[in-house]
Amino acid sequence: MTLHMTKTQKVLRFMGNNTVPILFLIICAFGIPLSGYSANYLVSEVIVRIARNSFLIVSLLIPILAGMGLNFGMTLGAMAGQIGLIFISDWGIAGIPGMLLAMIISTPISILLGWWCGKILNLAKGREMVTSYIIGFFMNGIYQMIVLYGMGAIIPIRSNALVLPRGYGIRNTVNLIGIRKSLDNLLTIRLFGIPIPLVTFAVIALLCLFVLWFKKTKLGQDMRAVGQDMEVARAAGIRVEHTRIISIIISTVFAGYGMILYLQNIGTLNTYNSHMQIGMFSVAALLVGGATVAKANIRNVFLGVILFHLMFIVSPMAGKNLIGQAQLGEYFRVFVSYGVITISLVLYEVRKKRDRGLAGLVLAAEQEETV
Amino acid sequence: MNENEVPLLEMKHISKDFFGNQVLSDINFALKKGEILGLVGENGAGKSTLMKILFGMDEIHQTGGYGGDVLINGQKVQFASPIDALAAGIGMVHQEFSLLPDFTATENILLNREPLKYTWLSEVFGERMNILDRSEMEEISKRAIARLNVPLDAEMVVSQMPVGHKQFTEIARELSKESTSVTEGIKLLVLDEPTAVLSEQEADSLLHAMRKLSETGIAIIFITHRLQEILDVCDTIMVMRDGKIIKTVPAEGVVITDIARWMVGRDVNTAQRQARDFDYANKPVILSMENLWVDMPGEVVRNVNLNVHQGEILGIGGMAGQGKLGIPNGAMGLFPAGGKITFEGKQIDLNNPRNFLNAGMAFVSEDRRGVGLLLDETLEWNISFTAMQVQEKYLKKYLGGAIKWRDQDAIEAETSNYVKQMEIRCTSTKQKAKELSGGNQQKVCLAKAFAVAPKLLFVSEPTRGIDIGAKSLVLKALRKYNEESGTTIIMISSELEELRAICDRIAIISDGKVFGILPATTDSAQFGLLMVGQTSALQEGGSV
Repeated sequence: MTLHMTKTQKVLRFMGNNTVPILFLIICAFGIPLSGYSANYLVSEVIVRIARNSFLIVSLLIPILAGMGLNFGMTLGAMAGQIGLIFISDWGIAGIPGMLLAMIISTPISILLGWWCGKILNLAKGREMVTSYIIGFFMNGIYQMIVLYGMGAIIPIRSNALVLPRGYGIRNTVNLIGIRKSLDNLLTIRLFGIPIPLVTFAVIALLCLFVLWFKKTKLGQDMRAVGQDMEVARAAGIRVEHTRIISIIISTVFAGYGMILYLQNIGTLNTYNSHMQIGMFSVAALLVGGATVAKANIRNVFLGVILFHLMFIVSPMAGKNLIGQAQLGEYFRVFVSYGVITISLVLYEVRKKRDRGLAGLVLAAEQEETV
Repeated sequence: MNENEVPLLEMKHISKDFFGNQVLSDINFALKKGEILGLVGENGAGKSTLMKILFGMDEIHQTGGYGGDVLINGQKVQFASPIDALAAGIGMVHQEFSLLPDFTATENILLNREPLKYTWLSEVFGERMNILDRSEMEEISKRAIARLNVPLDAEMVVSQMPVGHKQFTEIARELSKESTSVTEGIKLLVLDEPTAVLSEQEADSLLHAMRKLSETGIAIIFITHRLQEILDVCDTIMVMRDGKIIKTVPAEGVVITDIARWMVGRDVNTAQRQARDFDYANKPVILSMENLWVDMPGEVVRNVNLNVHQGEILGIGGMAGQGKLGIPNGAMGLFPAGGKITFEGKQIDLNNPRNFLNAGMAFVSEDRRGVGLLLDETLEWNISFTAMQVQEKYLKKYLGGAIKWRDQDAIEAETSNYVKQMEIRCTSTKQKAKELSGGNQQKVCLAKAFAVAPKLLFVSEPTRGIDIGAKSLVLKALRKYNEESGTTIIMISSELEELRAICDRIAIISDGKVFGILPATTDSAQFGLLMVGQTSALQEGGSV
């Protein structure tokens, strides 16, 4: 028994299900002409952003599969990645070997942090998002303690370019000249004058393939089961808590790699800030791509990166051209990121409620027929 | 069948108590290979507990285990968990579906038992990195579905299935458990109310499938409230009441009225009957429901029409899950509802509890801890809260009502009044509600409703989970309140006897609809028939 919907109802329903992407399309449609950027420039910028950010965003997919919502705990992975980068900068290992070593250093840290985060999230079932968000803040304190006080004092860091003049603690910005764009520039081709970092894209493609393949594994199937109903999964003998922890560990490890990829593109590490915003921007981008707390796929990742960063690129210039202030665009970015997350969360609940109401309507329609 | 054959399952002298409350005593029965045993009894008769013992559910271990022996093929067994029971070849299909909505039938059937294809990554990260063998999965699930002989699409997602197909999926899941090196193939299947949610046609094909399964040697314990099905399909009928086996008879030659009588006919003295002649002709209809539907999960109400007369006590009974609880919850607006409710000639807008309360109705929920009580607050607060919110009772007003101050003295006086009147056992009126026993909590819930002085009171399952002594006090308090203040009461209960004790007439809800209304003085076997979906000759007798 289903309700028959008219065409307008169907269109409205589609709009309701895709409110956030549609909103962003509208923002970009207004912003692009206002900014006055050429199509060529926009495309090349968007390609840079895709290469820079999509690995990080893909790392969010697996916890969603396991029903743990948007993992703000990816901040932990980002920290691990940064610690790896600080070490290789100190040791002066450059290029691809440097990146690989940074990844290797980040992996055990990510696993440990992910395991710990997963343990805590198992105690806070149903409140994973806010809990992981706060864990991010808490871990930031510990990260600062290690990097600001531990490094150079207890953990040996020799390079003067890294350590603060007082003798311990890492400087506010670390120049990653050794690995800067080393992956991006490994192999690039130019299409219509736009450089395309082929190797980076290949790495991202590999990760996407991994995620698709992972969904077909037993572990992936278990995660889907746990994500739908923990009790049913448990009754079938699936180790629910264990599975959830693994999903967070995988996400954290990938977030660490993603952060290294991200920073090699940017070329400088903002020691005390880089990781803090990355979680929020990644989550926002994924939501802009049409994902929800309970459902996300690779299409959402790329649509999200494109739309969200298009807005990022055009908004400062559009702001400048509109009222002569580039800051407006800067303000707009942050405002929009938080706004998107809020709207998505609210809409998710609204939709859930609407679907429940639908069951009632079906019942009423059924009754109409029998009367 | 050979009489000397060792029975597949035998239960000997099974007894079980929950902290001194005896729920099962001296249960003895045996089940042969390929036999279908129909297990019937009212809600609370002990059927579920018996099955939980068979499956070694945690609930049983945590409450002190059980007495007596369970034997399988003559061997004494004691399952530590349902997983063990499954490994021994016992399968259970639950009343509530334990299916994953976004998985297909196949994925659900083989949940956590998926055949795998090797990948090298599994060498590093363990077995769970192997890929699911989809074609093998499909084959197994199709084989299980074929054994059931029902039209079930293996690739259909559960959330899009009609409810009957969900049931088939559950059963197919049990059937797919073929014998392997670690587990045995399915030998015994427990079906707990499998047909409750099925249409007649679906139920028929299920019964047919059960017969087929029993022919292959699988024994089945079939729990149902639909007695005709028992007669249609079972070899043996076992009737339970109050934790005991009342009758175990071969199905041949038994008629439905017998089973109904065995099921409900308990000693009359458990609840003092207080029959009275209610003068329907001279009492106006105070509340009428027309085409009411309520979407309460598990208690769906469909197209209910009901007239309630001023001053009467109307009982609403029926089996669990048939929709009786949906009526008050929907009327009050706690679940999405539609249709028309008219109270004292005025139509009440649905889906808004405030309208319901403002009209002068009150509801004592079956969910005492969730909806009924503020557990961390004092009795005073609990009893006065609703009256204060809705009717601004117990408030002192200053500056023309701009400032409202709580009238502590009035609250205290009123609370101690109720404590005395209803014999609420407490240390003081300042005691926290959560510290009271279940029965006393229930009395607080009632006092809270009485404090509002409603014109009509819905009381849902007022005696659920409380002991016999408290039960009769609660029932008496309701009847007394009705007589003294003339308040109309609609009482919803699973226990027929308690409805018969204080109600004027009783409506039986089956499949979300009013199946019949009878005067409370009618013979209980007639109610039993209505409850199991059989029409009674006296059906129209009580509706005025």
